Amino acid sequence: MSEFLRSYLTVAIFGATGCLLVGAFVGLSALVRPTRPQAQKYLTYESGVDPVGTGWSQSNIRYYVFALLFVMFDVEAVFIFPWATRLEAYGYFGLVEMAIFIFILALGLFYAWRKGVLRWV
Amino acid sequence: MLNILAQPPTDAIPTPDVAWSGLMPLLILSGGAVLLLTIVSLAKDFIPRWFTPIYTVLIGIATGVAAIPLWLRVTDTPSAADPNNGPFATLDSSFGVDGFSVFFTMLFAAVVVLVALLANDYLRREDIDGPEFYVLMMLSASGGIVMASANDLIVMFLGLEILSIAVYVMAAMHSRRIESQEAGMKYFVLGALSSAVFLYGIALTYGATGSTNLVEIREFLSNVILLNDALLLAGFALLLVGFGFKVAAVPFHSWTPDVYQGAPTPVVGFMASAVKAAAFAGMLRVFWLTFGSYRTDWQPVIYGLAIATLLVGSFVAIVQTDVKRMLAYSSISHAGYLLVGVQAATNEGTATVLFYLAAYAFMVIGSFTVITLATGPGDAKTSLTDIAGLARTRPVLGIALTVFLLGQAGVPFTSGFFAKFYVISAAADANSYGLAIVAMLAAVVAAFLYLRIMMAIWLDGDEVADPTELAAAKAGIPVPWGAAVVLVVTVGFTLVFGLWPEPMIEMARDAVPALAIG
Amino acid sequence: MEAIVFFVSAAIILAGGLGVIVLRNPVHAALSLVATLFGVAVLFIDMEAYFLAAVQVIVYAGAIVVLFLFVIMLVGVDKAEDIYAEPIIKQRQFAALAAAGMLILVALVGVAFAGDVTGQPSNEDMTISRAIENPDGTTTPAETSNINQLAEALFTDYVFAFEITALLLTIAVVGAVVLARRPKGDLQPLPDVEPSWALRKPRAVTPTEATDPSAGDDADQDPDETTVDQAATDGAETDEAKA
Repeated sequence: MSEFLRSYLTVAIFGATGCLLVGAFVGLSALVRPTRPQAQKYLTYESGVDPVGTGWSQSNIRYYVFALLFVMFDVEAVFIFPWATRLEAYGYFGLVEMAIFIFILALGLFYAWRKGVLRWV
Repeated sequence: MLNILAQPPTDAIPTPDVAWSGLMPLLILSGGAVLLLTIVSLAKDFIPRWFTPIYTVLIGIATGVAAIPLWLRVTDTPSAADPNNGPFATLDSSFGVDGFSVFFTMLFAAVVVLVALLANDYLRREDIDGPEFYVLMMLSASGGIVMASANDLIVMFLGLEILSIAVYVMAAMHSRRIESQEAGMKYFVLGALSSAVFLYGIALTYGATGSTNLVEIREFLSNVILLNDALLLAGFALLLVGFGFKVAAVPFHSWTPDVYQGAPTPVVGFMASAVKAAAFAGMLRVFWLTFGSYRTDWQPVIYGLAIATLLVGSFVAIVQTDVKRMLAYSSISHAGYLLVGVQAATNEGTATVLFYLAAYAFMVIGSFTVITLATGPGDAKTSLTDIAGLARTRPVLGIALTVFLLGQAGVPFTSGFFAKFYVISAAADANSYGLAIVAMLAAVVAAFLYLRIMMAIWLDGDEVADPTELAAAKAGIPVPWGAAVVLVVTVGFTLVFGLWPEPMIEMARDAVPALAIG
Repeated sequence: MEAIVFFVSAAIILAGGLGVIVLRNPVHAALSLVATLFGVAVLFIDMEAYFLAAVQVIVYAGAIVVLFLFVIMLVGVDKAEDIYAEPIIKQRQFAALAAAGMLILVALVGVAFAGDVTGQPSNEDMTISRAIENPDGTTTPAETSNINQLAEALFTDYVFAFEITALLLTIAVVGAVVLARRPKGDLQPLPDVEPSWALRKPRAVTPTEATDPSAGDDADQDPDETTVDQAATDGAETDEAKA
């Protein structure tokens, strides 16, 4: 096993321990708790009101624009991270390039904001 | 932070040189789009409706003008006075500036100007949001410039995506017409699939050659004899599928009729001219220029594609009854002729493809201008019976459409004749006689299609037009000024270069692609 | 060890991929896509491209799948279509045929390779420098971390691609804003045109309908709307009915 992968073994052990602990506690409580099924217990909790319809409901298209903006800035972050690690090596060239990149992306956000898709009503 | 930047770092990365002059047309066009988006965001309610089309036209003209000194520079040979003449590349060889890319830059600039003029009236008539349309069109055209100039497969892919995604949105922009939404959706889903295939092709080509840079790929392929080229050939095939979809080559054409029928008519004009041109630019750059040493491998495939495209495009067009669908199949058959030129894989073949694309771009924008005007509000009355008798009710439109149809049919004294003639003779020069014969036969079949539309607009329509209606129509629905300019320019281009094609074909011959290092 | 990691993550990837196409509920399919993307991230780690692995999880398993879920919720999962309806005749058979064709193609390419790799190693400055295990058990660490190498490539060879990515993302936002807006005014009515033959639901043709072309669907239609496609379809149906 290479040194590199061995360092990830910690991650694997940590993950496995987490799963094991959760599984153990849930399993243990399933063993010791009393089981009295009632229909009310299976209802979706909606602030004490009787739930209407199913859990699946059609969402508003506005959410989509938010999600898309999120993806856009997620990608931006992916590009910014390597740049930030070597900021000094690129000098002004890197600064200017990144400024152009961020400016164009920010313009998209600005446009969406001015068009009112970020407003909630 | 500035302190950090000011200190000369010990391990500074050599930053690439930027030849701003070579990037200028692209910067003007994409910067113009970004600036327009800024203006729209800042002053959304204070922009008069005439501003955006005029702004777009000016940006388009500026792009074309900025390309002229570049054209003079790259088509000249280096001399003692100007050692910088000739093709060059910039940004670590990822952006090539040669006669080929500058030719396409000028073509895209012309398309942007013409479609902006046409779209102004259309968007007003159909009550579609204005500025976004122009922003997307300019960005799409700059994607086309990127494709025509790309010296790197990744850059070409990004150019393709910029070009396509903007057009997907434009196709769906007529939000009250369900067909427009359908067209956008279909084009998007199939286009995304073809982009994925194209990307897979890039990955395989990278795996086989070890580089995404076209210069390095070409050097590798001409210096190394591969013992086993399965990976490379699979890459070729997938790249060809990606391009084939964009140019609407059979069997990757199935989106074309529906999208052309459903999308807003000016957008169809843009699609048929700019998207097709950009895809052919990319195809020539990748296949003829980069994979030139493997031409015996890809030529037969393009041969087959060309025959299928010519036949399907010509024959299926005949049975259509919707004018936009007819022109969609006509655009498929034109892709076939262009493939004939690509298949020749010679400098002359490339030059004829450029000539054909330029001639076709003007004819097809002209045709869709007439259809935009003739079909009236709603953009839905596009069947052959809807435009019957057009030449008598609105003679200007009828005559203009006749010129474009004759041009597309390849009748002498139009630029379309020379386009077809040059392409077929290039194929014959490259000893592809069979293909040349099929192309000529397809031209005869396709002529029937154009004849049918012409008969509809000149002879039919007696039964629909009662005298009062005809009189009212003759009294005149004025042709909007923007569309009128487009018609004058496109008719002029079709006829002038039909009588006197030398300057254009000479320009196309000067525009040979070159892969420069820089 | 690398091999074990590879096979485990390959199994996860394939299982996830199968889940995407087999699971009925689109939300479950999207979640199964997460498994696939996560498996790919593990493969990246296996190849010591840890930054890429992180990006894979952040962007794909995170953002992109969230976007998928939004779209699924937008369409509405409760309005699931009957998956046994075939919009295109014999589409399952066609899909199976296409899948078989792809498998054969992949197998052919695999056979054609027969173990030897074509091509050259990528550029010296582009190769990920990996840690090397020495025979005596010590490890020579990689020269620079691969995030730095990635950054170098991004700002030298691919700086132009990097900049135009910004344009691409902006187009995506403008497009989403334009298309997500409520249309002004009423929708135009659907045209009264029959779908083409491939999209048609098979319908029982009575003999009287079949022999008389004027009867049936086209009778009440505007003659202008009758397309040649329809005429051809009616002809085909007539033949079927006679046979």
